[in-house]
Amino acid sequence: MSVSRRGFLAVLAGSLGAAVQDSLAGSGPSGKVWDPSRAGRPMAPTTAGDTDAAIQAIEKQLKCTCGCGLDIYTCRTTDFTCTYSPELHKQVLALAADGKTAQEIIDAFVAQYGQQALMAPPKRGFNLAGYFVPSLAVLVAGVFLVRTLRRWTRAAAGEAAAAPPPAAAARDASPAELERLRRELERLSG
Amino acid sequence: MTLLGHLALWLAFLVGLWGAVTGFVGGLQGRTDLQQSARHAVFAMFGALVLATICLEVAIFRHDFNVEYVAAYTSRNLPTFYLWSALYAGQKGSLLFWATVLSLFAALAQLLTSGRHRAYLPFVAGVTCVVATFFVMVMLFAANPFERLAFTPVDGRGLNPQLQNPGMVFHPPMLYLGYISITIPFAFAIAALLSKKLDVDWLVATRKWTLVSWLFLAVGLLLGMWWAYVELGWGGYWAWDPVENAALLPWLVMTAFLHSVMVQEKRGMLKKWNLALIIGAWLLSIFGTFITRSGVISSVHSFTQSGVGYFFLVFLVVAAVGSFTLYATRLPLLEAEAKLESMVSREASFLFNNLLFIGIAFSVLWGTLFPILSELVQGTKVTVGPPFFNQVNIPLGLALLALTGIGPLIAWRRASLPNLRRQFAVPVATGVFVLLILLVAGMRDVGALMAIGLGGFVTATVIQEFARGARARHRQYAEPLALAAVRLLARNRRRYGGYIVHIGIVLLFVAFAGMAFKTETQATLRPGESATLRSPYGHLYTFTHLGISQYDALNRHVTAALVEIRRDGKPAGRLKTEKRQHVDGLGRPTFEPSTEVGIQSGLREDVYVVLGGLVNGTEQAVYRFTINPLVWWVWFGGYVLVVGGLIVLWPGGGPPAVRRTQAGYAVKLEAQR
Repeated sequence: MSVSRRGFLAVLAGSLGAAVQDSLAGSGPSGKVWDPSRAGRPMAPTTAGDTDAAIQAIEKQLKCTCGCGLDIYTCRTTDFTCTYSPELHKQVLALAADGKTAQEIIDAFVAQYGQQALMAPPKRGFNLAGYFVPSLAVLVAGVFLVRTLRRWTRAAAGEAAAAPPPAAAARDASPAELERLRRELERLSG
Repeated sequence: MTLLGHLALWLAFLVGLWGAVTGFVGGLQGRTDLQQSARHAVFAMFGALVLATICLEVAIFRHDFNVEYVAAYTSRNLPTFYLWSALYAGQKGSLLFWATVLSLFAALAQLLTSGRHRAYLPFVAGVTCVVATFFVMVMLFAANPFERLAFTPVDGRGLNPQLQNPGMVFHPPMLYLGYISITIPFAFAIAALLSKKLDVDWLVATRKWTLVSWLFLAVGLLLGMWWAYVELGWGGYWAWDPVENAALLPWLVMTAFLHSVMVQEKRGMLKKWNLALIIGAWLLSIFGTFITRSGVISSVHSFTQSGVGYFFLVFLVVAAVGSFTLYATRLPLLEAEAKLESMVSREASFLFNNLLFIGIAFSVLWGTLFPILSELVQGTKVTVGPPFFNQVNIPLGLALLALTGIGPLIAWRRASLPNLRRQFAVPVATGVFVLLILLVAGMRDVGALMAIGLGGFVTATVIQEFARGARARHRQYAEPLALAAVRLLARNRRRYGGYIVHIGIVLLFVAFAGMAFKTETQATLRPGESATLRSPYGHLYTFTHLGISQYDALNRHVTAALVEIRRDGKPAGRLKTEKRQHVDGLGRPTFEPSTEVGIQSGLREDVYVVLGGLVNGTEQAVYRFTINPLVWWVWFGGYVLVVGGLIVLWPGGGPPAVRRTQAGYAVKLEAQR
């Protein structure tokens, strides 16, 4: 009996699918895996607080203390191996359950961990320098650049005015011819 | 072998010192015997460092766990592929890798530099020997890769699981190659300053090197982004981490240099600026090394904290003071040969482009160092994370994207109003058209609108440039348009390859904008249960948890979860995501369990599934499901950028340029066929 390649692959895929189906628990409760210790840190089932957009928005402003540099939300959902961020998440949830507003929760974290608990420094005092120095520097450099360019162009214009009269051939060229020459040079110089 | 390796390091150190002294003295006094000796010292240093590298590799492949470095970064069951990468996985090995590659580049610079630039070579030998000798010194006195333990462990600790990824095998060396190769243009710049030969010759001599550095840095950054995306599991590719920033800084400065150098080559202007840029780029590469290795700023990427940071800090300060002092003494020799004739010219647009590149570099550097500054000034350590960097850099990045399109449209010297109208009409109309389409389609995110709209504008400028050039060839040589376009590219690789790089940048910006629309959810599922998530395009994804399987692989225990995906009710494939517990040759756990994400990549969006863990050791699994729009275009944009860079770099491209001098400035005429 000959079996086409496509037929063989279809049978193989069906067998694999059946094998996967066999491992399902069906309608009953899930069974234990062979060695739970190999599956990383045991997890608690997801709660409404874990996926709450308001909680996530707060956590995205707060830094995890594990040293990863990520915010609490990103850290606790990155590969779920951090042990710090789930605790910090619980702390956020507890504060929210106490009726604290987002700002009060953030303030509570700052009071406990200091300003470095925030993903970006608050916009006051010396921190303002953090936010505005780069933009100011670019602005000042931009103004300086424009003034320098103006000075250069004025100097170039002055030199051109003081320069000896052009050679006879150039003097005889019409503006249209000069423009054409300029365009050609421009095209050739790439 | 380790004794031999250690002796090779000492040999490299002594030869490097000799090369430095003879290079500088020979160059300054014009003594050919010393110049020749410096050249030989460069080759000898390379040989000694290759020998040291071979010795360390032999120790790694022999599983000589009495060597501290081998025990710390490898194990008996580490796949061979990753044994190679163990060479640069740790602080000490990477220093050896760095020094060896630098000595290779130094030797290549001596061999490949053409005869008319030979005057620079003694100084180049001196500078490269100083830098390489510094790295060897750090190894000999603070981080010896051949250090032996008092006992021999049965097995090593193994390689960090997150480094056991193909991306991580290629990402660090690419980045190192970029960092290291900047030393060659820097060495030529110092050579030009010392020899007072400050015309365009040193730029011509280093043109390929600067491109090579830029390209390696770009590839290294892109591979790092890819690794972060496929391995770390947070669903992003850039987190403004200090070490990421440190790698971006020299790339930004090199990109500015690659633009401004054209102004010096064509008009003899910006000599001071270009020298300052190349010195700055090299100092930033050393600064990046200092950041990565000192532990002065906390980063997930840093090597273990050690004393080498002090060496790098001192070297950085001495090199900065030395380089800029020399630079200052040569300023009178660096006057421009021509004057800027108009504010509306290609030269001026390149200067504004440089302003933005350096502005972004400064803001990244400022944000990276601000926590230290804050602690010094106000005694409070603050965190400067993505919100800060995005706020400062997105507007600058968008302005830069706009200039990417504007620059090539403006003529050299002076652009006339009719010329501007003719050049800008189609690109501006295209950009506005794209913007209107997006607005009508309901997009309201300002950043994304600007990025995609400007992307349309820049793309139109590139197409227009190709179309005009191809039409000109078609008229002149009666070539079919497609052939004319190809020949146009082949004959002027620098210009049109650069345009292809611009297309790559556009693709990257548009893809970055896509991340503003990512959607995600978290769910706990029993086998057979499903969770749903709507994508930014409106598709409804259904994720069904099929089950958990556990099995052993070469150096790890694997717990794999299988998820079936349906899009709008139709089957869309299956994804596997894993928890891995790495073990040594004796089956002992070596690191904390790590996670492997499941990714289904598409042109429009990526489906990204992360197994969080299991509930009470059952098959009930916690998942995070994410839809990341346009990520595929980040990698494709990266390919385009690299291809464009390679086209620019490729040798040849028509007959040699004919140099002419007209009206007091140099104009390069590319002979046309």
